[in-house]
Amino acid sequence: MVLKDEVLNLLQEVAPEVDLGSLDLNLPLRDQVDIDSMDFLNFLGRIYETLGVNVPESDYASLRCLNDLLQYLEKKRGGAP
Amino acid sequence: MDKGKLVSWLVKEGDRVKKGDVIAVVETQKSAVDVEVWQDGTVEKILVQPSEADLPVGTVLALLGGDGEAAAPPAEAVPKKAPAAATRPAVAARPLPPTVPGERAKISPAARRRAEEFRLDLAKLRGSGPEGAVVLEDVEAAIAAQTPAAGLPASGAQDKQLAMRRAIAAAMEKSHREIPLYFLETLIPMERALSWMEARNRDRPPNERLLYVALLLKAVALALREVPEFNGYYLNGAFQPGPGIHLGVAVSLREGGLQAPAIHDVDQKDLSRIMAEAQGLVKRVRGGGLKGSELTDPTITVTSLGEEGVEKVFGLIYPPQVAIVGFGKVYQAPLVEEGQVVARRAITAVLSADHRANDGHRGALFLKAIQRRLQEPEKL
Repeated sequence: MVLKDEVLNLLQEVAPEVDLGSLDLNLPLRDQVDIDSMDFLNFLGRIYETLGVNVPESDYASLRCLNDLLQYLEKKRGGAP
Repeated sequence: MDKGKLVSWLVKEGDRVKKGDVIAVVETQKSAVDVEVWQDGTVEKILVQPSEADLPVGTVLALLGGDGEAAAPPAEAVPKKAPAAATRPAVAARPLPPTVPGERAKISPAARRRAEEFRLDLAKLRGSGPEGAVVLEDVEAAIAAQTPAAGLPASGAQDKQLAMRRAIAAAMEKSHREIPLYFLETLIPMERALSWMEARNRDRPPNERLLYVALLLKAVALALREVPEFNGYYLNGAFQPGPGIHLGVAVSLREGGLQAPAIHDVDQKDLSRIMAEAQGLVKRVRGGGLKGSELTDPTITVTSLGEEGVEKVFGLIYPPQVAIVGFGKVYQAPLVEEGQVVARRAITAVLSADHRANDGHRGALFLKAIQRRLQEPEKL
């Protein structure tokens, strides 16, 4: 499965009400879906469990859009030993 | 209607109830129905807990004790009178008082004005006042019952939504009607607490990290040990201390509505445990699986609306609790340190409290205790 689909599936798990089809990957996620800090933490928790990438709090600010997150994950995974 | 589901209790054992009080919400195929008490008394025993199970009409839900009598006749059941349509559940669930044909309906002047304002048919109003007289409350109930459901097609999700909306409406109407509120607020510097938490989170994977709400909950719980008169219930004209420090945590649903189930004995739990339990509560509020006791036994409520981007929230108390603490968002506030104005992260705490049960002086001590606890995050 491509990374994008995997990440979207995890988002759907955390927030089942979200209509994935209507998401613009280049707009800030929080402006489009009603997710709070606990949802976001759960989302990152699932990313850590399934993709093995640990996103530290200090990087949250740079991950506003889903595309930011996808690029971040690509880089982290590519650079992992 | 031949069966229903018990959605929630609005009273607990030992509560005194008056004729006309809404004590529970039952969901039927068509709508959510308030179960009302038909006589004054005390809730002796709750026999059925809210669940997904279908209950046949006639099921005894609770036993009521009359004033000064030992016998506890079965007092409420799944209401037998089925609402004909989804439009007036509260009224339909109430038994008709005997009326003499041709006699002019007894109605209070205020009730008449209100009914006419909403063009209600006076003859169809059921009265709960003396000799079956229609009083203002009856009219308000009829208006409330009529408005939201009118014309809505029934579906499972909408029934649930409606049931939750009505449960909130019943509790908040009672709260607003009965509780003389006072409000206190204070700005709490959060730099120390947040820096401490960020350092703690740094080397941990997401599922072991804290959110600041866990710190707020623990600080409130420890503060309540110092001012216990905010932790408990106002019942029978007197304050009764809670059996433990059980914080109701207001959790909103994305599709609307909210619930405030309890995390028990928060003062005795460490931050990781409080965080894990808060996450579990949010999951169950949104995904199902809440236990009835979690909804009925909070001894105080905490709401954190920070995510919505507002600085303050002035909450309404969930009766019979006597206080609710509301937190706004964390923001950069101009604070004065050593004579200089500096920008520091801070949060505003607002206490809404029941003036029947406690006073502003103690309320101020409560807020100050929360503030003090948050300046020593390592001790939380």
